[in-house]
Amino acid sequence: MEIGGLLLYLMALVTMGGIYAVMALGLNLNWGMTGLFNVGIAGFFAVGAYTSALLTTPPMLARSGADVGGLGLPIPLGWIVAPLLAAAVAWVVGRICLRLRSDYLAIATIGIAEILRLVALNEQKLTGGPFGIKSIPRPFETMDRPWGEIALMALVALLVFATYLFMERARNSPWGRVMRAIRDNETAAGAMGKDVEAFRLQAFVIGSAFMGLGGALTAHYLKVLTPEASEPLYATFLVWVMLIVGGSGNNKGAVLGALLIWLLWTASELVTGALPTEWGVRIAYVKMFLVGLLLVVVLQVFPQGLLPERPPKLAGEKAAGA
Amino acid sequence: MIEFINNYVIPGLVLGSIYALGAIGVSMIYSILRFAHFAHGDLMTLGAYIAFAVVVAFGWPPVAAMPLALVGTVGASLAIDRYAYRPFRKSRPIVVVIASFGVALMIRAAIMLIWGVQPEPYVEGINPPLESFEPFRIQEKHIVIVVVTVVLVTALHLLLTRTKIGKAMRAMSDDADLARVTGIGTERVIAWTWVVGAVLAAAAGILTGIDTLLKPYMGWDLLLPIFAAAILGGLGRPYGAILGGLVLGVIQELSSYPLLSDEPFISPGYKIGIAFAILVVMLIWRPQGLLRGRVL
Repeated sequence: MEIGGLLLYLMALVTMGGIYAVMALGLNLNWGMTGLFNVGIAGFFAVGAYTSALLTTPPMLARSGADVGGLGLPIPLGWIVAPLLAAAVAWVVGRICLRLRSDYLAIATIGIAEILRLVALNEQKLTGGPFGIKSIPRPFETMDRPWGEIALMALVALLVFATYLFMERARNSPWGRVMRAIRDNETAAGAMGKDVEAFRLQAFVIGSAFMGLGGALTAHYLKVLTPEASEPLYATFLVWVMLIVGGSGNNKGAVLGALLIWLLWTASELVTGALPTEWGVRIAYVKMFLVGLLLVVVLQVFPQGLLPERPPKLAGEKAAGA
Repeated sequence: MIEFINNYVIPGLVLGSIYALGAIGVSMIYSILRFAHFAHGDLMTLGAYIAFAVVVAFGWPPVAAMPLALVGTVGASLAIDRYAYRPFRKSRPIVVVIASFGVALMIRAAIMLIWGVQPEPYVEGINPPLESFEPFRIQEKHIVIVVVTVVLVTALHLLLTRTKIGKAMRAMSDDADLARVTGIGTERVIAWTWVVGAVLAAAAGILTGIDTLLKPYMGWDLLLPIFAAAILGGLGRPYGAILGGLVLGVIQELSSYPLLSDEPFISPGYKIGIAFAILVVMLIWRPQGLLRGRVL
């Protein structure tokens, strides 16, 4: 491969890996910090993706089987409304399930993700059904190659960095301490006068908003949005593997895991591209198998991940503990 | 009236039987192993495809292939428990739930790798309604599904009430610590729970295949209704799971009844949404289920 192609590949890798990093950071707030078992990432992803796509796609251009028209509003507006709407959905789910044990949250989040996928498939007038929405505008797409790609990559990197700073701030704050307290001992946190349910709801809603943002970014980056994009394997379980491999509870781990797993995922595509088509299809199933295997094995063998969680030092705490 | 029974009640009971078989397993695994088993749907798919392999290899009808498929699925579930779930017995229960998602992906990927993604019937050909039941439209496959369900549920009832291991399972499900101090062997009960769960799951998968077609995602798509049925009946209550399955199956079919106009009341594309709606209503109103099961 020539050097220019390689650079474009690397930029695509960092851009999509960065989008996954935003979602992994959101999941880290849910699971890593607060212990909320969210397996509906695909659902919040879909809310964000469709919201932003419908708001920003020009009404005239969008033709795909059924006529699906967008509102043609500016992209930044889509990126603001998408996470807000994902948060609203999360708020409803959270209000119903967070007072019960985490298994119920798992069932409910899986359920809402499946329902939203059905809505995307069935409501053809709104979502384009199986054909999806095409011609979603991509930021900087009018710039010459490769400057548009570079600008988009820089923008995504900036968003990842901002999300990271936000999550670190949350983690080091008194609010983050309450979250860890709830995760590690709910009863004790409640006995200290903390409103466990309210805190959990906050963590769930904020984390899900970032999954919605991830969905919006993906829709604009790929320019096409079909219900397949919110297939749980790509939108939910890949993010879980990223967080667990990187180190749940550690924001740096979430970013590292996202970039590393995405590198492995796409690198295998380079290999399969060289093989006959029939093999390529089979490799996709092998990859799915490996995602499952990684989930089980990583949890068994090194549950802390590559970068284990390090609780922030408390004010006045001595550097060297006993 | 007869049209109503033909179009809604009979399909509802058939679907409900399949839900019931799956929901019993989920409910018992939850109350004995203390985790929501998200690979249960894919265990059903596995059973269905093992039966498919037997049907293809020996040319037997699917019901004759059932015993071999049940044994195969039980073997697989015991191996899965040994290597994927047992290492987590001492950790937080939710970690096993994550592992069960991993197992679900692995089973489904393996099925697609071996058998491909094309929907397959067990036996080619049409299945006309039986004449002796006129005016009711009952096909042979409906009778097979209901009879197999009744046989398995009766066997389960005898196991739970008449055998020592069945009583031990009920004791573990009611109070694990109390069961342990009375000398009940935890691992043995867990192994039997997998046997029961896998037999019922594989049977449900095969019956789904007989009713419609074999698809790699068939079990995953059944997962939500099965959990809804288990919660509707009350987690840890096998008879509740049967009730929940039948009720949910019938409600789901009834939902497309043209109640207000000529259009179906709820579009058939959203049938699975009914399961979810019932799940949500139960979580808000009565999380212990109809038969007072466990609240997570």
